Amino acid sequence: MKPIEIVFYVLTGITLLSAITVVTARNPIHSVLALIATFFCLSGHYILMNAQFLAAVNIIVYAGAIMVLFLFTIMFLNLRREDEESKTNLTKMAAVVVGGILMVTMLLVFRAVQLPAVNEGNFDARTGLVEQLGIMLYSDYLLPFELASVLLLVAMVGAVMLGKREAGDRHF
Amino acid sequence: MNASYLPSDYLPVLIQLGLALGFIITTMIVTHSIGPKRKSQKKDDPFECGIPVEGDARTPISIKYFLIAILFVLFDVEVIFLYPWAVNFKGLGVTGFIEMVLFMGLLLAGFYYIIRKGVLKWE
Amino acid sequence: MDLTIFIVKSIIILAVFGISLLIATYSTYVERKVAAFMQDRIGPDRAGPWGLLQPIADAGKMFFKEDFIPAQASKWLFILGPALAMLTALMSSAVIPFGDSIRFDNYDIPVQGIEINIGVLYIFGVVSLGVYGIMVGGWASNNKFSLLGAIRAASQNISYEVALGLSIIAILMMSGSLSVRAIVEQQAEAGFLGWNVFTQPLGFIIFLTCAFAECNRTPFDLPECETELVGGYHTEYSSMKLGFYLFAEYINMFVSSAFISSLYFGGYHYPFMEQISNALTNSLGAVTGHNVATAIGTAAFFGKIFFFIFFFMWVRWTVPRFRYDQLMNLGWKILIPLSVLNIIVSASGLLFNGMKYASWLIVIVATVLAIMSNSRAPKGQVSPQRS
Repeated sequence: MKPIEIVFYVLTGITLLSAITVVTARNPIHSVLALIATFFCLSGHYILMNAQFLAAVNIIVYAGAIMVLFLFTIMFLNLRREDEESKTNLTKMAAVVVGGILMVTMLLVFRAVQLPAVNEGNFDARTGLVEQLGIMLYSDYLLPFELASVLLLVAMVGAVMLGKREAGDRHF
Repeated sequence: MNASYLPSDYLPVLIQLGLALGFIITTMIVTHSIGPKRKSQKKDDPFECGIPVEGDARTPISIKYFLIAILFVLFDVEVIFLYPWAVNFKGLGVTGFIEMVLFMGLLLAGFYYIIRKGVLKWE
Repeated sequence: MDLTIFIVKSIIILAVFGISLLIATYSTYVERKVAAFMQDRIGPDRAGPWGLLQPIADAGKMFFKEDFIPAQASKWLFILGPALAMLTALMSSAVIPFGDSIRFDNYDIPVQGIEINIGVLYIFGVVSLGVYGIMVGGWASNNKFSLLGAIRAASQNISYEVALGLSIIAILMMSGSLSVRAIVEQQAEAGFLGWNVFTQPLGFIIFLTCAFAECNRTPFDLPECETELVGGYHTEYSSMKLGFYLFAEYINMFVSSAFISSLYFGGYHYPFMEQISNALTNSLGAVTGHNVATAIGTAAFFGKIFFFIFFFMWVRWTVPRFRYDQLMNLGWKILIPLSVLNIIVSASGLLFNGMKYASWLIVIVATVLAIMSNSRAPKGQVSPQRS
């Protein structure tokens, strides 16, 4: 085996392990920490594919920002063991059905996708670097980029609406 | 300056990670094993300036902190979008600048709305 | 990667690791000496000559203290908290260029852990993870003071991270690269007046403020505000776990000093570097001369770092702590709009005139406005928030 393959398999092993921990951990905080570890391993995969900018963005946005939000919510929402037990058999069944359908869809998608063959002649190792990515983003994908700002705006308004203060809120 | 930028550039970071982990784990084990250990009911209680412990520490907190966290996520994404633009700033020229002003204008409108709504007001 | 390069890189990383630990250790000593000097005291002087062994005595004391875990705490998370804080602090120094390059045989190896395309983002990634150590530790303690300290610290860190990210966009527009080495070299090319502190004064002030907030240093040390929160997020911690939290703060201070020096003060560049380097290569030969020049550059870089570490301490004993609403207002309502304005003005300057110094415009206008509003307002009402 080539060294890069060893790195790949070790990384994949850790990724799967931490992803399974996310689902199986009893304590939601452990779940979040395992999810952060998973994002780290995914960034490792991005680096192996030389998508360096994506790797950094994955860590900054997902591991550094969204997971902080998750942790805030879980830590400070006062989750207790007693609430854990309130899941009925019906919710469990529904969860299994939804999860199963999602998995089937994913499997079908993966089977339908044809990966384009790599042409080693005009393959550029620098495709995933920030310079190339920027040029693509601000010329070919300009409309999605501008629409992203509308999306962010809507999210902002939504957050403000949902987080409106009510009388009797504690504030410290 | 590095001309190629390949994944192998990141190899030395593994060494740093190993060093840091080794240092932390060793220190933790050493300090745990050589210190004295005396347990008592009062000592194991959370510190509350000597007053008997009242309730649990893990109570719900003000919604403000969640709002700050949500806004942080949104603005973080905006900042990330600025990086590829800044790196290609000279190449993209005036068109790129106008595109970015449009993008930031929409977000600043949202920012203005947030300030007007008093989300960032602390008392 | 070539094995020789890999070994040299490993040695560099080992050296940087050791140096950052050493500097962090002695920063505690220097901080007490500086505090003593500013308050007209003597400071530590018992352990060794001039108290030089004080940090080692402190470390020894911390090791032999009881490693105490409260009964109601979540044990593993309680241990994980300080470990995470220390890990993120130790990982951040990898992308900082400490010098030009070492030459031997056919090799030309930069004095830097890793030279990557996204160096600036690497640091931001690590910085954004720093908040976990505090949050996990503060929550795991199951203590009200710790929890409040942790929430405050987390909110403060994430608020200032946005302004931190925005403030350096203007630098990236000039360098056209995210590599820290490229940014340093771009400043070196333009000479002494091309240092980013001269082209981006506003960006520098914003960045410096945010760096203070990210390190939880005074005037932004609300998470461990003694008068309100006992010890803040590390109230329940003892022995080396507490040591890790304090130590991580000093390592962060070292790394942010290094980062400020390389982004805004030309890194390992110093005035007349070209001439000195040429003179050295002429007199000592291409290889030795280059290596000596690199060593001088590294020394200059460390000089800048030490100045900024001193600056951190100077501010700590000069400026009083902010109130929490003032801190949040400064971060969201002043620094973020200012840094956006800075980006737009700098970008327009660069586009329409090739002018690098457009950012001065905002500084001058802001100063004039501040003086005018100050002279107009009656005495005693100058800034009602501060009362």
